[in-house]
Amino acid sequence: MEFAELIKTPRADNVVLHRPFHAAVEGTLCLTGHHLIFSSRRHDNAEELWLLHSNIDSIEKRFVGSLGTIAIKCKDLRIIQLDIPGMEECLNIASSIEALSTLDSVTLMYPFFYRPMFEVVEDGWSSFLLEQEFELLSSVTNEWRLSCVNKDFSVCPSYPPVVIVPKCVDDEALRKVALFRHGGRFPVLSYYHKKNGMAMMRSSQPLTGTNGRRCKEDEKLVNSTLRSGRRGFVIDTRPLPVAQQARAKGGGFEQEVYYPQWRRIHKCIERFNILQESFIKLVEACNDQSHNMDRWLSKLEASNWLTHIKELLTAACLAAQCIDREGASVLVHGSEGTDSTLQVTSLAQIILDPRCRTIRGFEALIVREWLQAGHPFQQRCAQSAYSNSKQKWEAPVFLLFLECVWQIHRQFPCSFEFTEQFLILLFEHAYASQFGTFLGNNENERAKLKLPQKTMSLWSWVNRLEELNRFQNPLYEANSLVIWPSVAPQSLQLWEGVFLRWNRPSKYLEEAAQETLNIIKYNKELQARVNALRRQLAEIEVDEEEQEEQ
Amino acid sequence: VENVRLLDRLSSRRAVLGTLYLTATHVIFVENGSETRKETWVLHSQISSIEKQATTASGCPLLIRCKNFQVIQLIIPQERDCHDVYISLIRLARPVKYEELYCFSFNPKLDKEEREQGWKLVDLNEEYNRMGVPNNYWQISDVNRDYGVCDSYPTEIYVPKSATAHIIVGSSKFRSRRRFPALSYYCKGNNASICRSSQPLSGFSARCLEDEQMLQAIRKANPGSDFIYVVDTRPKLNAMANRAAGKGYENEDNYSNIKFQFIGIENIHVMRNSLQKMLEVCELKSPSMSDFLWGLENSGWLKHIKAIMDAGIFIAKAVAEEGVSVLVHCSDGWDRTAQVCSVASLLLDPYYRTMKGFMVLIEKDWISFGHKFNHRYGNLDGDPKEISPVIDQFIECVWQLMEQFPCAFEFNERFLIHIQHHIYSCQFGNFLCNSQKERRELKIKERTYSLWAHLWKNRADYLNPLYKSDHSQTQGTLHPQIAPCNFLYKFWSGMYNRFEKGLHPRQSVTDYLMAVKEETQQLEEELEVLQERLANLQKSQSGDNKVKNKQQDRSKQFGLYTSNNSLANTPQEYSNDLKSFPSRSPSQGDEEDSALILTQDNLKSSDPDLSANSDQESGVEDLSCRSPSGGGCLPSEDSGKDSDEAVFLAG
Repeated sequence: MEFAELIKTPRADNVVLHRPFHAAVEGTLCLTGHHLIFSSRRHDNAEELWLLHSNIDSIEKRFVGSLGTIAIKCKDLRIIQLDIPGMEECLNIASSIEALSTLDSVTLMYPFFYRPMFEVVEDGWSSFLLEQEFELLSSVTNEWRLSCVNKDFSVCPSYPPVVIVPKCVDDEALRKVALFRHGGRFPVLSYYHKKNGMAMMRSSQPLTGTNGRRCKEDEKLVNSTLRSGRRGFVIDTRPLPVAQQARAKGGGFEQEVYYPQWRRIHKCIERFNILQESFIKLVEACNDQSHNMDRWLSKLEASNWLTHIKELLTAACLAAQCIDREGASVLVHGSEGTDSTLQVTSLAQIILDPRCRTIRGFEALIVREWLQAGHPFQQRCAQSAYSNSKQKWEAPVFLLFLECVWQIHRQFPCSFEFTEQFLILLFEHAYASQFGTFLGNNENERAKLKLPQKTMSLWSWVNRLEELNRFQNPLYEANSLVIWPSVAPQSLQLWEGVFLRWNRPSKYLEEAAQETLNIIKYNKELQARVNALRRQLAEIEVDEEEQEEQ
Repeated sequence: VENVRLLDRLSSRRAVLGTLYLTATHVIFVENGSETRKETWVLHSQISSIEKQATTASGCPLLIRCKNFQVIQLIIPQERDCHDVYISLIRLARPVKYEELYCFSFNPKLDKEEREQGWKLVDLNEEYNRMGVPNNYWQISDVNRDYGVCDSYPTEIYVPKSATAHIIVGSSKFRSRRRFPALSYYCKGNNASICRSSQPLSGFSARCLEDEQMLQAIRKANPGSDFIYVVDTRPKLNAMANRAAGKGYENEDNYSNIKFQFIGIENIHVMRNSLQKMLEVCELKSPSMSDFLWGLENSGWLKHIKAIMDAGIFIAKAVAEEGVSVLVHCSDGWDRTAQVCSVASLLLDPYYRTMKGFMVLIEKDWISFGHKFNHRYGNLDGDPKEISPVIDQFIECVWQLMEQFPCAFEFNERFLIHIQHHIYSCQFGNFLCNSQKERRELKIKERTYSLWAHLWKNRADYLNPLYKSDHSQTQGTLHPQIAPCNFLYKFWSGMYNRFEKGLHPRQSVTDYLMAVKEETQQLEEELEVLQERLANLQKSQSGDNKVKNKQQDRSKQFGLYTSNNSLANTPQEYSNDLKSFPSRSPSQGDEEDSALILTQDNLKSSDPDLSANSDQESGVEDLSCRSPSGGGCLPSEDSGKDSDEAVFLAG
């Protein structure tokens, strides 16, 4: 298919662009296969806006006489408005954008066409391999092994080809366990707590069904992470009634009789459409320009967004606490083990593991616990908060996770190597990107699409020095401790950086960030100068002493 | 009283055993056992209510609520003791004479001269001169020199030049409590001004020629504009109801060239109840997100804050952008009027966003113009219906602005919190009484000390590290957004949950940057010394062993500073609705201790008596509301495994 077929009008003149907190600009609008490009005609300060079609969540058109207006609502929550003279032109452009922003084939997406303008220093597709992770692990324990049982994705289609499992469980047993777990997602190692040797595993729900099936291999696998005489915790992200209902559909939960050393804790982490609805309501509230305080607060409350944040953080803290304070191993799962499970295991690692609070470590966490672990990015992030379609797979699961990281970041502003901007960047790229990183739903699909060969990785771009500098937190001081955030409502705030990003004047906050940077930069400069002088003085003194001795 | 237990507000499982002492000025709780002997001090004047609850098997619970939002829960073993404590506190917390207040016995060991200097720090004459009056349009009037016209006004008042004594006196007779229109802020750039008064006694049809002339005079004092705004800060309904009592608001037909505007800010009773409701939300044990948000909305608190801010924004806009003078009033012109005038001044004039300027602003709009501190903040036992968090709301408006304009204010959050604390503490004389007249009669300046001097002395603690006097944000008028989705009004946990350390960010950017800046300053000094030394050395080329020794001293000092920065990494107690999270791991104790010692240094100096818990250790805990060491000091003996597991099950 040719993109040209979809572009009915490639160019329109005398278009006026409106954005909040910017003066309206007149210019030319161009449509290409993957971009909407607006450039102002003024030569003195030419302004350009490039918008990926895949970033467009929905469009609305309106006519006043022959002047058409298109409101473009983006997945990064920005809303822009274009006034286009001429009804036919406007209709053509609107339908072109609509068609181009809803391409149904992945291989037509921009990452397959994108040619990087930068030099690739390190190929991001091979920056974070599980084998490296395992090497680190083997330096502290020999209780685990790498298994290639899934090398052709036949045991579990949503798992990566290699996984880390207890050493005492062989591949044959893993195959049996896979049959006992939803979608074949048998328990694998998610995190090893070096401090006390406790492990966090993740899986999907066991397929106990109504007649209480059991699987000896599963029991053995799970128990093999326990120290003798110690107990472990199963954190089920579903409330008990939901877990019980799941039995009717063949799912279920670990029963006490077969897992006597495990204590089950049920949490209530919402999924799918409930999250999506909450997201839509919140964004609607944030775009309400009314001056009424009550209305704002009640809309914020009704969206339930912060409730989800609080529940999720609480569950993650609980998992971290079981490991660090109770000295117990933990198994986390919900139903499929691809959404709430990953939220909990990755947040727990942010709390427990200082490495995950560095830029590199955080990227590794995203790759390991989200991309390789089979979070279906393509399904979940196909649409954002402005979408009108009622597909049931969209859900802001990843955004919710990022926001929880932000909440912890806000409480520990000096313990993260990256800034809030880095989290926002990941949010943007998960929904629309020139990079292939977040395409596909799991490693299996990515391999079939040959993404590593055909597209550029986000990490290849981000991990270059000039980009990294943008995301360095000037306040960062390595903190080797576990960081326990507060989950009280008073401690949680709306993530303005995402939800009010386009609705607030950002100037003052940017100035504050710049000032912070200046203060720290100046301090470091002085430190360097003082040190240099000290060295110089010391050298002179040494010389003199030598002279004296002579 | 011995064997008293002090309960932790966030987690009922944690309690410490200690001894309770009552002194003439403080309630003191001293912990048993622990090496540090942690102490909690509460000034009697901070106590807002004491509640004796039903006796239980473990003893008799006593709940003390403080005006600085601290809540202390004690369990006293003997009912009789509890009753005695209760009776004594009720008496002690409600003094009937000014002489009983702490400021008359408080002695910070300053001599007479220092005290006088302290009171001179904030000088309103100087302030009016700074604004640019007197000038061709405004003059000082001595009509109120012995409080003959209005006893709640100051003696020195600025009025338009064309307003004769006859007009002023005539106008005063037509205004509630004779609070005639007087200058609050004058904008040098365009001659526009903010004036304030009380409501006119217009009833349904009354007129007063002098009052009309007074408003004319205000308009004429701004030759660039042909009208003035008259802003009534009350809801229209309230203002109309006042007409039946012979009061009311200006009729546009009677006054030439005025534009009349209502801005609905609710009265002191509504505000008192609103705060009460919000504090109930703060006190909830492990609330859900909806409980909290619903409670916050239902309290209406942020709505009221926004109403005050909107009024200030409206006035600042009229003055700065339209160049139109504004007359502001409410009913008596000493509550809402003070709030609105001071918010508008703060938006208009960068000077009021400096530390000194902020003191001047409170002195001008609140203290001198007869805001009834004694009645509103219940310093002496009085009518509970007079109590209302009027200035608290203004202080919160400032905080909300600081959140939006992080570089615009010279002072930090701690400065605001400490001012709020001392408005209630009665430790300094500034906020005593209801008017300048009463303060003069009591000879406040001869008998007590000034808070401003005290804050100024410790100003290093209150600096906003992001402030720079030549920054673009610092200059000119601030233009905040109006809609809640553009200007996010937040719940101020630093104030209302001030003593619940666990709820605050565990690392404070402000404190971190303050430490960095302090280090920078030291580096600058050292750089100079080193450069000098190097120059000398190169010149003389003669060895000097002393240099080397000194240099080593220096590097030691720097070692300390580095760790000061890293103290931001202090581990924190984690608590939540599961109540099952252990308070903190013993293995992390070292860092915590070092953090305590370090923060202590920079905080202790500021105000040992300010904190409710004020010995060495606890003083840190209290003052450092934004300090990185915010966590509890309690060791975690009680994070026993059994109880934790039990709670997991419940969760």
